[in-house]
Amino acid sequence: MSDISKNNNSNINNDKEQAKDKALRKKANYISAKETSSISKRNKKIVDSFEAKRKRKNVQESEYTTTMRDPNNVVEFDDLHTYFFTDIGTVKAVDGVSFDIPQGKTVGVVGESGCGKSVTSLSLMQLVQRPQGQTVKGEIRFNDGGGKAYNIPDMPDDKMQKIRGNQISMIFQEPMTSLNPVFRIGAQINEVIELHNPEMNKDAVRKRTLEMLELVGIANAEGVYNMFPHELSGGMRQRVMIGMALSCNPKLIIADEPTTALDVTIQAQILDLLRNLKDKINSSIMLITHDLGVIAEMADYVVVMYAGRIVEKGTAHEIFHSPSHPYTVGLMESKPAINKRVERLYSIPGKVPNPINMPNYCYFRDRCNRAFDKCAGEYPPEIYLSDTHMVTCYRYAEDTKGEVDK
Amino acid sequence: MSENTNLLSVKNLKKYFPIKSGLLGGQKGAVKAVDGVSFDIPKGKTLGLVGESGCGKTTIGKTILRLHDKTEGEVVFDGVDIHSLSREELRKIRPRIQIIFQDPYSSLSPRMPIGEIIGEAVREHGIVPKEQFDDYITKIMRDCGLQEYHKDRYPHEFSGGQRQRICIARALALNPDFIVCDEPVSALDVSIQAQIINLLEDLQDKYNLTYLFISHDLSVVEHISDSVGVMYLGSLVEFAETDAIFGKPLHPYTQALFSAIPVPDPDIKMDRVILEGSIPSPANPPKGCKFHTRCRYAMDVCKVEPPRTIEVDPGHKVVCHLYDEEIMKNKENEK
Repeated sequence: MSDISKNNNSNINNDKEQAKDKALRKKANYISAKETSSISKRNKKIVDSFEAKRKRKNVQESEYTTTMRDPNNVVEFDDLHTYFFTDIGTVKAVDGVSFDIPQGKTVGVVGESGCGKSVTSLSLMQLVQRPQGQTVKGEIRFNDGGGKAYNIPDMPDDKMQKIRGNQISMIFQEPMTSLNPVFRIGAQINEVIELHNPEMNKDAVRKRTLEMLELVGIANAEGVYNMFPHELSGGMRQRVMIGMALSCNPKLIIADEPTTALDVTIQAQILDLLRNLKDKINSSIMLITHDLGVIAEMADYVVVMYAGRIVEKGTAHEIFHSPSHPYTVGLMESKPAINKRVERLYSIPGKVPNPINMPNYCYFRDRCNRAFDKCAGEYPPEIYLSDTHMVTCYRYAEDTKGEVDK
Repeated sequence: MSENTNLLSVKNLKKYFPIKSGLLGGQKGAVKAVDGVSFDIPKGKTLGLVGESGCGKTTIGKTILRLHDKTEGEVVFDGVDIHSLSREELRKIRPRIQIIFQDPYSSLSPRMPIGEIIGEAVREHGIVPKEQFDDYITKIMRDCGLQEYHKDRYPHEFSGGQRQRICIARALALNPDFIVCDEPVSALDVSIQAQIINLLEDLQDKYNLTYLFISHDLSVVEHISDSVGVMYLGSLVEFAETDAIFGKPLHPYTQALFSAIPVPDPDIKMDRVILEGSIPSPANPPKGCKFHTRCRYAMDVCKVEPPRTIEVDPGHKVVCHLYDEEIMKNKENEK
């Protein structure tokens, strides 16, 4: 008899604990309507001040010109912060990102989805969803090649339109959705050229378009000129997108996952094309992808991002031969490689922290298998292992190096 | 190999989709999505199917499950031809063959809580008695790395990797012998991919599952499969043990496919075989060898005569004239 009652008791206790557990868990993710409205009020104030600054008329050119740190760079990201002000809190999508894109080189940006790599490139194009998305701090310096340098976040819309698509152009991930289905291929490329070169007449524009289509390896350029996007295969559409991006001789091409939606054989074609074109037109490429193989093949410099920050950057050689940050190492180990069989794939434990409530210590600490006491301190500083190889991890700091090995 | 060790054997399977046109819907032609495919999968093993998009990988998966009706051929599962079963018999065998779809975002009903998604078919098929139902679902969820309190949540509250775990749990709950994994990791991030692949492997060991693993990612296929079939335009062009095919790819298409994989090492500059053009239309495939339009070794005979299946090494089959001794001898004689 007593046995049964004991059992019952423990059952009740168990249930109580579970209920408590559930309530706590709910609380962590729960925001009351009152809180939401106060957050949105606060956000409106911040966002309005940014928008007011942006909407001014007759902004002096001196306000957005600046000087490059190194004139051989096309773009310099300097401590960029891009935040999204949402009703449940501020999402720090890009939180202090600095790296350079040198003239004629390819810079690869790697990271998982949601790490801020696309937002970084959109900030450069001023295409971040406004008004909730704002570049709150930092500079993006763009070298126009004519001796002038602009600070992109401060540029007014009409000036930015002269740069966007003209000097900086972008190739998007989905060639299916980024072409307009109701216009012919020729008309869509013509539009870009006409807009940025108003002095050209119709015949010249048409000639240029056909030239572009031939450049990207489309054999039947005349035929494709009169086709609609649905008549082309995925690889062909991506070629058209690349042709469109190149049509104004940009100084920088941003390729946002250009081959993710394509098959391996088509991917090889497109990568080959991009590599050849880069030599031909001498532009720089900012290549965004999560495929380490693609990066290794294309990039001269590599930037590894995690949760809105750069965890490691360096030349492709440094990153692939001596990956230093535990995240980079984990990323490389978790990708199965051909002709290198392992019993079990390494997988990084845990998941990316919630972007609204970021911890104040190293963002990767909770998932890191090499964390030690120091990691609970503030976010690790940038540590340079060589002139070009930077890593943010306490394992490599001078004063704590010894402790780790013990 | 005796018939008994193979859990599933597919014999000369064909699936054509009719092309209809005009007011009366007269048949104009057919898309030959799967055109004469044969393979066996022994119990407890994994077969990987690779190929470009549009080569018929998914159609094979669906035809095996009889989500599509076959046009010709046989699908024998554990001694029974699936396509000859009546509705009632098919319903009985369905729990033993499950599928995991590619996109975890669109394959879960947004209006159902997770417990219901996983449990619906369990209840329907009476896998466990009513009183054990709750415990059973919890156990399956634990096996797949989900927590008990997830039961009352809805799919939108989960990340991509967790949703894929739910899809796996749903398939596993019916206690299947065979699972078709249709690109289960393509939509996921690299680090999540590794978690899901490890999970699939663990479950295979634990429950002695047999997988048909469909993917276009060759490195994943190499990792998980025991044998690999390479498809091109609805037909298998090469079939072998994983080590054999990755060590010594024979078919020109397989070679091109393998050399197209980017290697994560900047110092290795691959001697790349780049295929020109794209895959021809399966409604009107080229005559002779289907691959001759893109093949760099194409000979005259390839344009006329379809190649035979040749067993180069034991278990390593390739469909190509280059390995057909008769044809190669004729060719040398002509010279």
